[in-house]
Amino acid sequence: MPGLRAVFWKELSDHMGSRRFLILFAIIGLAGLWATYVAAQSIRGELAQSPESRFVFLQVFTASSGLLPPFTSFVGFFGPLIGLALGFDAINREMAEGTMSRVLSQPLYRDSVINGKFLAGVTTIAVMLLSLILIVSGLGLQLIGVPPIQEEILRLLLFVFISVIYIAFWLGLAILFSIVFRRTATSALATIGLWVFFSFFMFMISAAIADAAIPVTEGTSPEVMLSNINLKQGIMRISPTTLYDEAVSTIVSPSVRSLGPVLRQQVQGLIPTPLPLSQSLNLVWPQLTTIIALTLVIFAIAYIRFMRQEIRA
Amino acid sequence: MAEQAVIDANNLSKVYGDLVAVNRLNLQVQEGEIFGFLGPNGAGKTTTILMLLGLTEPTQGTAKVCGYNCSREPIKVKRLTGYLPENVGFYGELTARQNMMYTARLNGIPEKQASIKISELLGLVGLPEVANKKVAEFSRGMKQRLGIADVLVKDPKVVILDEPTLGIDPDGSARILELIMDLSRQRGITIMLSSHLLHQVQRICNRVGILVKGKMVALGTVDQLGKKLEAGKTTIEIEVAPTTPQLMDSIKKIPGVINVEKSEHLITITCEKDIRSDIVKTVAQTNSNLLQLRLQDYTLEEIYLRYFREVR
Repeated sequence: MPGLRAVFWKELSDHMGSRRFLILFAIIGLAGLWATYVAAQSIRGELAQSPESRFVFLQVFTASSGLLPPFTSFVGFFGPLIGLALGFDAINREMAEGTMSRVLSQPLYRDSVINGKFLAGVTTIAVMLLSLILIVSGLGLQLIGVPPIQEEILRLLLFVFISVIYIAFWLGLAILFSIVFRRTATSALATIGLWVFFSFFMFMISAAIADAAIPVTEGTSPEVMLSNINLKQGIMRISPTTLYDEAVSTIVSPSVRSLGPVLRQQVQGLIPTPLPLSQSLNLVWPQLTTIIALTLVIFAIAYIRFMRQEIRA
Repeated sequence: MAEQAVIDANNLSKVYGDLVAVNRLNLQVQEGEIFGFLGPNGAGKTTTILMLLGLTEPTQGTAKVCGYNCSREPIKVKRLTGYLPENVGFYGELTARQNMMYTARLNGIPEKQASIKISELLGLVGLPEVANKKVAEFSRGMKQRLGIADVLVKDPKVVILDEPTLGIDPDGSARILELIMDLSRQRGITIMLSSHLLHQVQRICNRVGILVKGKMVALGTVDQLGKKLEAGKTTIEIEVAPTTPQLMDSIKKIPGVINVEKSEHLITITCEKDIRSDIVKTVAQTNSNLLQLRLQDYTLEEIYLRYFREVR
């Protein structure tokens, strides 16, 4: 497939050299470094008190000092923006500038264009996240002096994998909007709108719906309260952002044992040890598969829309 | 193979909802021809071109380029066909050379070979000094010439140009026309070109087709189309001094004259055949001086307007 390869390399070099990419990389990189520095300071303090703690290295990515969220939260927050920045004008800009009809009149299948663009975007995201993780790891290693154990490395790689898939979801969404809307400003705004909705409003909406459906007052029984919380959480899980947050917090914090409400009797007699990786994975398996499925579905919709689009100058 | 048309459209139709964009179009373009594709805006020219390239599926009928079916084997068709779209676009942040290199890669041309080819083509279109400049800085005429170079990267057999001279200054469009003629003469490329600038089309095209509302209303050489319009009548224009009523009467009496009309300086005579010698004699007899006499033939512009108005 010479066509796909040509589109892929062209898009990849475009992304890597673009100002957007550099700016985003700088923002996330700086925020990540600062968060790591702060986290490392507090880890050092804790280590002095309890030197037998496990999974110290992972804490570089998850510990927060109250002032700054941890590195993983930064990735979760800015990740959608990366996908958006790489994809919001993927198709409509080329349509508007008249490069699309020129490219499509070359001997390549039409899907090579969208496949190449999507793959190049995903590759860019992967490269960006991996290099960020390596930079942060380096700084963390320098600051706390505790090397990662094998399981920590595995967990970090899983974190990168999940994040790439999650950001690819936003990339696919942005590309879809760039096919649906003719103007780049519209497609960018539409993607931002959805991001804001999933990141901020979903929480309020789920709370409002759950409270309306199952009112909770002072005298309500624990069972009712539990079903209220379950409903709230169920609605929240429509949002890929929630799914991602749950998956990531479980993967990078081995101490997370449950994602929903926990009753006191369930914890009784529990020894608070970290979960092995396989058990953490088991816990978030539904989240993981859903994120992967959502990403594929969004890309499939974008693919179909693109293949059916009329090419007019 | 001798008589097989390079571009062959058969009953080609495209319907968008209620709108019939192209209506049972039949068109054959022979090898080495320069074919002018005319028609008002929205007549379906671009739609037809897109169907020829397999970029749009025809609702009905078939199109073939070099014997390949355009909707079944678009890749083969696009390998042989260069297309310069209306308002051709380039990646502004890349240089002219990089833009063309991308096209070469999309065509699977090896890097080294492509590099030599690109230098040659940029020289051909007169852009060798700006090869490494970003296209964002190019003027419209330069972009259009770069577009022609870009089309030639794949060594096409057929080139389809959609409004190649639109919005370009007279000098620029003259250079582009020159280029197009060279392509046909020196490289033997078959060319199909759509344009509104009729005098340009008349200058360079062997044959023209006029498309109005999706229907091909006229097809042939400019001479043929003109003859058809005349429908057995000949029009002669003369200028005489002085123009007396007596002269007018005697002209009307010449056998074969159908109508005589007088405008400011000219007298337009419609007649059944070429009777120029009779007219000269008549003028001499009435003691007027013949200043000018011309057998009127149709310019493409007149032909175009006549066909266009007929359909409306």
